[in-house]
This record gives sequence, structure tokens and C-alpha cells, in this order.
Amino acid sequence: MNSGHKLRMVLLGAMLGTVASMNLARAAEPPLKVGLLEDVSGDLAFMGMPKLHGSQLAVEEINKSGGILGRQIELIHLDPQGDNARYQEFGRRLLNRDKVDVLIGGITSASREALRPIVDRTTTPYFYTNQYEGGVCDASMISMGAVPEQQFSTLIPWMVEKFGKKVYVIAADYNFGQISAEWNRKIMKDLGGEVVGEEFIPLGVSQFAQTIQNIQKAKPDWLLTINVGAAQDSFFEQAAAANLNLPMGSSIKVMLGFEHKRFKPPALNNMHATANWFEEIDTPEATEFKKRWHAKFPDELYINDMGYNAYNALYMYKALVEKAKSIKLEDMRKVIATGDACIDAPEGKVCIDPKSQHTSHRMRLISVGPKHEVKVEKDYGTIQPYWLGEIGCDLTKKNDKDQYTPSHLPKKS
Amino acid sequence: MSAELFSLFYQFADVFAFLILSAAGLAIVFGMMGVINMAHGEFIMCGAYVTVGLVNLGVPLAIAQILAAVTAGLIGVLVEFLVVRRFYKRPLDSLLATWGLSLIVTQSMLLIVGSAVRGIGTPEGSFAIGGYTFSTYRLVLFGCAVAVLAGLYIIFMKTRFGVIARATMQNAAMAKALGARTGRIYAISFGIGTGLAGLCGALYAPTMTLIPTMGATFVVESFVTVVIGGANVLLGTAPAAVFLAMIRMALNASYGQIIGQIGMLVAVILIIRVLPEGLSSVLVRRGR
Repeated sequence: MNSGHKLRMVLLGAMLGTVASMNLARAAEPPLKVGLLEDVSGDLAFMGMPKLHGSQLAVEEINKSGGILGRQIELIHLDPQGDNARYQEFGRRLLNRDKVDVLIGGITSASREALRPIVDRTTTPYFYTNQYEGGVCDASMISMGAVPEQQFSTLIPWMVEKFGKKVYVIAADYNFGQISAEWNRKIMKDLGGEVVGEEFIPLGVSQFAQTIQNIQKAKPDWLLTINVGAAQDSFFEQAAAANLNLPMGSSIKVMLGFEHKRFKPPALNNMHATANWFEEIDTPEATEFKKRWHAKFPDELYINDMGYNAYNALYMYKALVEKAKSIKLEDMRKVIATGDACIDAPEGKVCIDPKSQHTSHRMRLISVGPKHEVKVEKDYGTIQPYWLGEIGCDLTKKNDKDQYTPSHLPKKS
Repeated sequence: MSAELFSLFYQFADVFAFLILSAAGLAIVFGMMGVINMAHGEFIMCGAYVTVGLVNLGVPLAIAQILAAVTAGLIGVLVEFLVVRRFYKRPLDSLLATWGLSLIVTQSMLLIVGSAVRGIGTPEGSFAIGGYTFSTYRLVLFGCAVAVLAGLYIIFMKTRFGVIARATMQNAAMAKALGARTGRIYAISFGIGTGLAGLCGALYAPTMTLIPTMGATFVVESFVTVVIGGANVLLGTAPAAVFLAMIRMALNASYGQIIGQIGMLVAVILIIRVLPEGLSSVLVRRGR
């Protein structure tokens, strides 16, 4: 069924030189506890569900092929329902009461920032599995998703070249939207472009008639849509109904929110995004991965990039633990410091950058057509998460525990 | 210039329609009957899901919307009979019971239908004035909002049922003594209220993302409109919606959605402070 995958496991096992007798001895050891916090109810449930599924698939595969260091994995999933206070409560419960060996999860950047100070008080590793606005320099956190230098530094120049220098921004009003908009301002300035309008929308707002007219008044060449959640996604339907008809770019649409599957065409026509994963990737590795996923979850509407990253997170954890031969964060970080923390993911080989503990990704620019068909416009190859390292974050030397943005840079020491 | 003027009217009509359609059902259930219906958003969601389901089965949109409203109304009658009926003398308990109902319904929908349903798309049609383009369907929504107000006026002011219903809401014991079947009146009124909530969901279904918690985006606006409107559905809710729509439209246009939302809620706080009985208390007094 999945011979390529099994072969990989076998090779990995052989590389580590684990002998059969040791595996037997270890089989009696208690399972590794993986704490997972993902929203499977509430406003973001449709995105969170694939994250839970990706984690379940990875755990099942890893357990079937002998576990991690011979130990089975026990997945403990709690549903914070999109509530940041519940993220903190459940985070404490997993870390302090269940004493999980690793914590994974969080959808919005607000939930991640709510969780991070709690994780920082422990020595438990934390994997954040979304693409996000970037900048977190924290030794406890390993980021599996794409960041602005992989998404905006590719997308925005392409949009400016293809459609023009005037952009209008619609962003969700919380840290993700605000910082992403800041990235857009910086990159547009470097390109000599102009931000003709910025509108921050409170979460939960679903009516956009005024926004649509503000856009038409500002006459942009294209839109940057970083609106978040089911309610705000109604923008696309309403803009299409009003015949707004502008090219759009985003770091979260299509591959993350699968709006092109949820809305009737042509609402998402002319949308562009840069992504390390989208379900339409058709390389042999990706096809094999999609087949396994749909075999286990036949009703999945779309394997989004968060779900995909959540799946990778467990394999990355496995690779780190097995290379370090330890489940301690400090030992795992020694492996990361060598620059050799890599896995063969369905998108290709991805590695953790030692300075920032963010992941390199193969990035592609995709566009959506009038029938919601997805086309790859440009393949950027592998892009490193270089920005944090360039501005002076180096987790191999110093743990900043901070989130940097273009306007909030580390102090020069 | 005329484009700007029309744009102002269009934006006002859009917010007004949203407020009226989301609040009309609640105005009856909460405003008149005094039931704090926390499941109001779920009846809206019900209308939206039934509409999309029927359209996917090949039913024309307009008929699907009417059937969805009727479905929500019938479910409302059933809920009144099974749950709400027991709480007319205990309004705070009705809050808990309907809230529990709302939680059960959203979670069940999540489990049964899944976390997201594919939308059906807004009916085609847009027109241009000056540099702006507008969706025709949004004006249909405005028309429906006005029709709902007119329909409510006729039902509650011009029919025998309306007279008996208003009498029952004012003094149930006296109405009963005069031979009104108050139990049935309550059930029908509740059904009309939830049917209007279903109509709201049905009308907005083509323009929105369908998720089990979608009702929540309507609930704040609907409660706010009904509360500042006061007890009289027609003399309260309609002017409340006009007033809030003006404030929200002006602030949205000049300062964006955040200020628009904050401004509307600040206005609500001020009105409740000055007129605890809502706008209709002033209007009704003037009318006398």
C-alpha cells in the first residue's frame, strides 16, 4: 500500500542502528505523550479539523512502524474551541497534569501567543504548525509553517510586477493581520509601490458592502486579503456579487482556508497565494501522501497546509528525538544546532534553521481560475526562513523569547 | 455626486436590512413574549442550512428560502411546545434553557453536517453607478426587510389574531378569561418569530460562509436592535434599526469597520442609559 513510506521508515531505523533486541526491551516502556490543542468546534473548526486528522494519521503511521525510539505515541487532543483563555487552561493541563512530552498546536497567532509564556515556563518542546506572520524567536518553539520571507517576499513582488503598484489591504484585526499588514507596507515601500488603503476587520464581522465601496473608491490594482475565519470569508462572495473583479493575493487563502472549495465559482477567481503545500500538488510523494490521508479520512473536503504541517510536525519530532536519542528539549536543540534536522516531507526535504528554529520550505505561487482550478504560476524552489537570523535572532546563542516585526527589531548589543 | 448619494443610500439600506432581518424574529420572541431566546442564532442557521440543502437538491432559490423559513417556524412551534412553554414565568431560566439548546444544536450540526458546507453563490446581477458597482441582491434584501416590517404590521395590527396576540402578551390571564386560547397564541407567536429568524438565514445564506456557528454573527446585532427598540415591535425595532444603521454606516464609511462596530455599541449603551425602556417608550408616549 505505502511501500515508499515504509521503506523510508526502515532506512531511518537502520541508520540509527537500533537493534532488534533493544526495540523489544523498549516496547515495554510507557508511550510518549503528545499533547495536541486544535480547534475542532467554533468559528475555525473547518480549518482545525484537518489539523487533528493530520496528527492522527501521523501518529497511526509512526505507531505502526515501531513508534519513536521504540516507544508508542499516545495522542491527547483537547479542543479549545477557538477561545484563547481555554488554550491557556488546556495548555497548563497538558503540560502540568498530563505531563506531555511534546505540545503541538494552536491555530491563530493570538492563541499561540497566549500559549507561549506557559510553554516557556517548562522544558517541554512546542511545535506551532501554521504559516504565520513570523518573528517568534523562542527556544521552546519550533515552527513548521511558512513565514513572510517565504510567502510575502515572493508573492508581493510578483503581484506588483503582474498587476501594478497600488494595493488595498483587508486584514483581520489581531496580531496576525496587523503584523502581516506591516510586512506588506515594508515590502511595498522597498518596491516603490503604494498602499492605497488598509482596513482592519474585527473577527466575526460578515458584512462587507462598505468595504467593497471603500475599495472601489481607492482604485487599487490588486487586493491583499488576509481576512480570517468563516464570517470574514463572506467578503469573497459579496465582492463577487458586487462585481468587484480585482486580482487578489494572500498568505492564507486557498491552501489554508480552501475557499475555492467552499465558495461557488467564480468567487475566488484571480486569487493568488504562495504556499509550501496545497492539495493540488501532484508530485509522486504528494500523491502518495494524499492517498493515505483520503483512505483514512474519506470525507475530508481538502487537505489544507495546516493539516499537512501538523502531520509533518510529528515526523519532525520523531526525527529530532531519534537523532538526539533523547526526548529532552535541550538534546533535541543540539540536533537542530547542527543544521541537520531534516525530514523528507511530501513537498520535498524540509529542514529546521538553527538560528530561528523555523522550517525551510519549497514555495510555489498558485493562482485560482474562474472555475476555481488551481494553477502553479511559479516554483521558487526551497526558501530558507532567513529573516530572523538576519536581524540578529540566534537561538543557538541566546533565547530571546520575543516576537519581532519589521518595526520591532532586537536591540543591538 | 449622484453616485455618492446612491452609495450612501445603498450602505444605509444594507445595514438596515441586516438589522431588521436579524432582529424581526427576536422582536416578537423577546420584545413581545419576553423569552430571552439564546437559540435565536441557531434558528437563523437552520434557515440558511435548509436553503442550501434544498438548492443543492435542485429547488429554485426563492422557493427554497420560503420553505426554509416555514421549516424554522415549525421547528419553533415544536421547541415552544417541548421547552419554552415551561419558562414563561421564569425569563432567566428561559435564557439558560435556550442557551443549552443552542449549544446542543451547533455541536450536533458540527457532528452531523461537518464543519463547512459549500456555498450556493449569490444570484447573478450587479449594476454600476459612477465608479461603483453594486450587487442587486443586496437591494432585494432591503426590499425583504421592508416587506417583513409591513407584514408584521398587518399581522399584529390588522388581524384578529394580532389583536388577541397583543392582548395575550399584555395580560395573559385576562385574555384567557375572555376566551383566548393563550397557549396556542404563544406557540404561533413563537413560531412566527423563529420563522422570521429562519427567513433571515435563508436570505443571507447565498452571501455567507455556512458554518454551524454562523448564527452568532447575527445575534449581537439582533439583541441590540430589539433592546434599544423596546417592547413595541413596530414602533421600536424599525426606528432602532434606522438609527443604528445611520450611525454604523456613517462611521464605517469614514473610519472603517472597527470604529463602526464600536460606535454602534457605544450608541446602544447611551440609549439604554437615557431610555431604559427603549426607543418605543418615547414614541408610544408621543403617540398617545
